[in-house]
Amino acid sequence: MTDPTAEPYALRLKAVSKVFGGAKALDAVDFDVKVGEVHCLAGENGCGKSTLIKIVTGVYRPESADLVELFGERLETITPVMARQKGVSVIWQDLALFPNMSVAENIAFDELVGLRPKAVDYRGMKTRAAEVLGRLGVTLDLDAPLDSLLIAQRQVVAIARALMNDARLIFMDEPTASLTQSETDRLLDIVRKLSASGVAIVFVSHRLAEVLDIAARVTVVRDGRLVGVFTTKGMTQARLGELMTGHLLEAGVVAADKSASPVVLEVRGLSVAGQFDDVDLSIRAGEVVGLVGLIGAGRTELAHAIMGMTRLTSGEMRLMDAPYRPTSIRAAIAQGLAYVSEDRLQLGLLQKQSIADNAAISVLDRLLDRAGLISAAKKEDLISGWVAKLGIKIGKSENAISTLSGGNQQKIVLAKWLATQPKLLILDSPTVGVDVGARAGIFRIVRSLADQGLGIFLITDEVTEAMFNADRVLHMAQGRILGQHNPRITSVEQMETAIYA
Amino acid sequence: MRNALRNRQVELRLFIVLAAMCLGLSLATDTFFTLGNLTSLLNNNAVNIIWAVGLLVVLIGGGIDISFAVASSVVQFVAAKLLVGIGGGNWALGFLICGTLGVALGLLNAALIHGFRITSIIVTIATFNVFFGLLMFLSGGRSIYDLPEWWIDRVAIFRSQAAEGPAAELTLAVAVMAVCVAATWILIRRLNLGRQLYAFGDNPEGARRAGVNIAAMQALAFGWCGLMTGIAALMQVSIVQEVVPNALSGRELQVLSAVVLGGARLGGGKGTISGCILGVLFVAVTQNGLNLMGVSPFAFQMIIGAAILVAISTSNMQFGTLVGFGHRGQK
Repeated sequence: MTDPTAEPYALRLKAVSKVFGGAKALDAVDFDVKVGEVHCLAGENGCGKSTLIKIVTGVYRPESADLVELFGERLETITPVMARQKGVSVIWQDLALFPNMSVAENIAFDELVGLRPKAVDYRGMKTRAAEVLGRLGVTLDLDAPLDSLLIAQRQVVAIARALMNDARLIFMDEPTASLTQSETDRLLDIVRKLSASGVAIVFVSHRLAEVLDIAARVTVVRDGRLVGVFTTKGMTQARLGELMTGHLLEAGVVAADKSASPVVLEVRGLSVAGQFDDVDLSIRAGEVVGLVGLIGAGRTELAHAIMGMTRLTSGEMRLMDAPYRPTSIRAAIAQGLAYVSEDRLQLGLLQKQSIADNAAISVLDRLLDRAGLISAAKKEDLISGWVAKLGIKIGKSENAISTLSGGNQQKIVLAKWLATQPKLLILDSPTVGVDVGARAGIFRIVRSLADQGLGIFLITDEVTEAMFNADRVLHMAQGRILGQHNPRITSVEQMETAIYA
Repeated sequence: MRNALRNRQVELRLFIVLAAMCLGLSLATDTFFTLGNLTSLLNNNAVNIIWAVGLLVVLIGGGIDISFAVASSVVQFVAAKLLVGIGGGNWALGFLICGTLGVALGLLNAALIHGFRITSIIVTIATFNVFFGLLMFLSGGRSIYDLPEWWIDRVAIFRSQAAEGPAAELTLAVAVMAVCVAATWILIRRLNLGRQLYAFGDNPEGARRAGVNIAAMQALAFGWCGLMTGIAALMQVSIVQEVVPNALSGRELQVLSAVVLGGARLGGGKGTISGCILGVLFVAVTQNGLNLMGVSPFAFQMIIGAAILVAISTSNMQFGTLVGFGHRGQK
């Protein structure tokens, strides 16, 4: 990759357009990927990234295109079969794997596809699967059912499966969204290895730091139009975010000294056997306290304990200077705590129910009319109030919550909890799978809530997220709080060294 | 081997429970562990096992079939009318007619499910009612006793005359059952078609994206179940020597319980032949044992129901932790 201009192209698209119901999802977009290149496709949700991927894989047919070229061969159209034969492969965010089947079968699955009956060559499948995993430098138990694997390992299985089909151009859709930092690093190593062996990789990710780390070039798309193709050398996260959203994103330390404000929650010597040990922390009114640490450090467990979801082994808590010992999450909520869970898709929202029902579920008792039934008018008032306040883009409030983007779903979760008028808000990894524009939106809300006097406890994987949004940052590892950092003094680099060292 | 055991927790547990029950019954009664009782157990459950392996294929593909038992009644009735109409026929013709009718009814389910995108439980509850209603309407509820000789003559594939008491024998139905089991095993374990069916049941969207032909998978699952339904219909007549239109209605839940006990998952993607057979045998031995011990037959359903609850609610526990090895799960 010394002289990228000399590399032949894996993919070249010129002036590709796609229309959905009158709206242009893609408007004359150019996109090219060189052989063996790691290329990033960046843009906010709904900007046309997925449409572009689906055109390359033959799922959609473009309305017009000046040039469609795969590995130097000019094509009229791409069909799914043709894309696969040419070595184009997509690893979707949901991985499209089979949880109950073995690792070997998942990797070699595509040789089973087809209606002509043939015997299954289990031994051969295992050999070939092991071989591909070997190329990635990974060993996995080939007989284990897939659902016994960690998400990061499943990701590797998905990559191995793509390689089994002789993939030469792999699209990876948000591959790191649910990985920890060290897992992400390992995945990026694999991506580098693939790139070195001549496989072109198009990386779609909301985590701009890793985009700049891994990719040589980045294509930015906004509202279905090409913003430009940039080399990542000299590109900053802030600049990339600005290109993606079209407006300046304030990324800078906002931390302030809140030591004069009254303490909302005080925790002393809190322990839950086997989870975390001797944790002290205090959160003041109007203060955002960040908690960073790797997955498994005990962060979520700590949040659960504060919410009364687990039984304490020892320690005490005080809320607004009064003893606080919740016996259930209901008790915690009643005393003014709110908890936005880590896994909002499964735990935080009732996916099949409407937006309105989701936002109202935590305060149903306040929506009752005189007969004791839920008043539709009160519910509508509540929803429209929060939609306006949080800037949520929704169609109709009776639509299913699953119709919203990740960022807007997250805002609904926030609305649900804010409706309880809490004193302390615990946010557990609030931006997993949320794009850069919506992230900024969420943190604007968080900051304005803090300014209104709420105490906020922000748990996150990403050091930068804590540094740029919290007033103080605590570092947790192996069930203990190891230290406290002041974003105004400590730099991101120092902080990252402390955590990942 | 270690892996085979690890991935077969349900089957292993069921096997141990079944073995313990058999041992207990052998000690508690002097009639259970006799050749006569064991062969009649097999004879009486051959049809159940044929149905069960058919249903298993549907469950693996993520569907469910409520209609198969009454579909068997329809097949019996139509086949009896046809065979009597053409003057008798023979076994080959019997298999051909029953198999074809069964597959046709199965494909009807598949077509409704795939064509109108209705979930299989709704479709098969509907076809259950349609099949049963139509059958009772057309037959007027009257049984058919006048059947071709070949069909109702008892064919024994094994016979052992003890010095005293009745002869112990295995009927043709047991041999047919063995063939059905072997064929289903080949389909789901040894053929790419069966593995695609597992994948489809496990993650339909993932299978679709991988290029698995979804319509073909539904047709395969319900067509195979239909074939087993047809064969079960044929064999059931040869055992009871009559066609009674409402005789089989209600059997579907018994078979479904047995298959679920054997570890097949109602969500799809999971289930084995061994588990399926163990499930049927468990139900059969329970019923047989209660009968031999003189317990009221009403206790039987209660025990099967309780067994399902226990099996499902403990199925997330590792076997090792149950027997106290303190072995931790992989996650």
